[in-house]
Amino acid sequence: MTKLAPVLSAHWDEKDSFTIAAYTRHGGYKASAKALAMDPDAVIQLVKDSGLRGRGGAGFPTGMKWGFIPQGDEKDHYLVVNADESEPGTCKDTPLLMANPHVLIEGCIIACHAIRAKHAFIYIRGEVTHVVRRLNQAIEDAYKAGHLGKGVDVVLHVGAGAYICGEETALLDSLEGFRGQPRLRPPFPAIAGLYARPTVVNNVESIASVPAIIANGAEWYQGMGTEKSKGTTLYSLSGHVTNPGQFESPLGITLREILELSGGVRVGHKLKFWTPGGSSTPLFTDAHLDTPLDYEGVAAAGSMLGTKALQIFDETTCVVRAVLRWTEFYKHESCGKCTPCREGTWWLVQILRDLENGVGTEADLAKLLDLCDNIMGRSFCALGDGATSPITSSIKYFRDEYIAHLTNGGCPFDPIKSTLFSGANA
Amino acid sequence: MAYTPDQLQVMDSIIKRYPRSRSAIMPLLHYVQSLSGYVTNEGIELVAKLLTLETAEVSAVATFYTQYKRKPVGEYHVGVCTNTLCAVMGGDAIFAALKEHLGVENDGVTADGKVSLEHIECNAACDYAPVVMANWEFYDNQDVSSAKELVDSMRKGTPKAPTRGPNSLGTWKEASAVLAGINDGKANEGLQAGEPTLLGLKLSKEGK
Repeated sequence: MTKLAPVLSAHWDEKDSFTIAAYTRHGGYKASAKALAMDPDAVIQLVKDSGLRGRGGAGFPTGMKWGFIPQGDEKDHYLVVNADESEPGTCKDTPLLMANPHVLIEGCIIACHAIRAKHAFIYIRGEVTHVVRRLNQAIEDAYKAGHLGKGVDVVLHVGAGAYICGEETALLDSLEGFRGQPRLRPPFPAIAGLYARPTVVNNVESIASVPAIIANGAEWYQGMGTEKSKGTTLYSLSGHVTNPGQFESPLGITLREILELSGGVRVGHKLKFWTPGGSSTPLFTDAHLDTPLDYEGVAAAGSMLGTKALQIFDETTCVVRAVLRWTEFYKHESCGKCTPCREGTWWLVQILRDLENGVGTEADLAKLLDLCDNIMGRSFCALGDGATSPITSSIKYFRDEYIAHLTNGGCPFDPIKSTLFSGANA
Repeated sequence: MAYTPDQLQVMDSIIKRYPRSRSAIMPLLHYVQSLSGYVTNEGIELVAKLLTLETAEVSAVATFYTQYKRKPVGEYHVGVCTNTLCAVMGGDAIFAALKEHLGVENDGVTADGKVSLEHIECNAACDYAPVVMANWEFYDNQDVSSAKELVDSMRKGTPKAPTRGPNSLGTWKEASAVLAGINDGKANEGLQAGEPTLLGLKLSKEGK
């Protein structure tokens, strides 16, 4: 049985956890002092040795990403933190920043030192007013305490409601003051990122993991997790469960373990399908309860670890309705730059609506898969790829349920039964 | 509207945050929204002038991002999450009930100008589903009756406080100023975390 291991979340239960006083009380800003006394290359090597991988979805080794920044090139370098948390089901960075914004700021100081950057930008989504307040205050307090302003400046940049800006190159365009649309790569941000300068773009949780690694060493971090997925991470459990919430454990815990320690699927119901890492990762079923939730384990089972957003749906949920709603989301958030995604997501919605309403035909299923085939790998960025995941995986596991909509002449489910207030004041 | 010297000075300080001025376009749009309640043509013209851009370039940005409104919204702007997880768990029912209760459609504003309503996408609080946002503050674990009570309290001018946020709900304009990066002194108000956020930590302390 994997045990929980709070590192990022260790002090969240203290009422003032978000203040600089609480953060320094627990050793805050000692790791950045330690790192600033080290050679920048030694910091990069330490993060490489720790095995830390990107927590924003792709799982790219963080130290290696930092190592890609050209040195001695006389150009300005930038660190950009992706706090545009918007992937459906994903809800880890937002509570982290609400409870402890200083750990991100300290991580920025360390990362900037390592990549020889003087400027860090934190790009946060705009729909979280109180988290913006907390971060802004934390930055102000870090300047007052002298942690910022002596070599590193941090600027908070607030988005304005566009999921696509979570894609790193769209985020950079947005930060430069344009519509948030992805860029063609190469060149990669490490060579030509913000203002065409070498730039590292990292997720909040990745950068927030760095202070503890510097403080406790690479070996300590290496000692947690699985062979290729090291350290601890935040798993976010939501949906039809007895107790939803955040669970920080070493990588490799299983859904069965998380459900057992948190109280399981809601009483009287059973697991039907779930996402391991947000709506862009192919669906799993009860056959995947024992899949190790690390980068390799989830990939081997045909999905992606993504953001570790475990959205749980029980047998009352219509999978066609769920997938249609996600698809409507992708259609709405498609930036319009490339044809497969812009046109494809519209067609996907139309066909899925027909199927959900029972007016489609079985041939529509083949058409859906054909459309997905023409979007996947042919779009400018991962939004298009992600849009196909719920569709192809749901047809794989629940083809009969799609057919049942056709034979039934509409959706056979009662949507009230899947609400939390079924039979109450609905 | 005519912009005051103080307001112009705030905008100047926003521009100075960035190595290149064009990067200030988004916080400036949040700021003009905080003054007028929405992004007016005058606001776009001013931002263009300050950044030496064409108004079309500023409009292109203002119309790309859904948080910038091109027409007035309510003093309290309510968003009901109807992305899959919240929708399934009650968001669809809440949204339908609020439309009927307020007599507005999606993107509509009540006649008294107090409340506007839209359905929103995932707001990163899935462990608190179903989620309702007001002026982008969290109202966690909502149901049909609690959501109706919330909008009723807004129409009476005494809005209920967010569940994870400041001690009281500010106006749409005040929230827009915070998003422009202006400190309203309320960062220390409210909970550091709700129960779901702390569940793993609690269980760990129990030896799990």
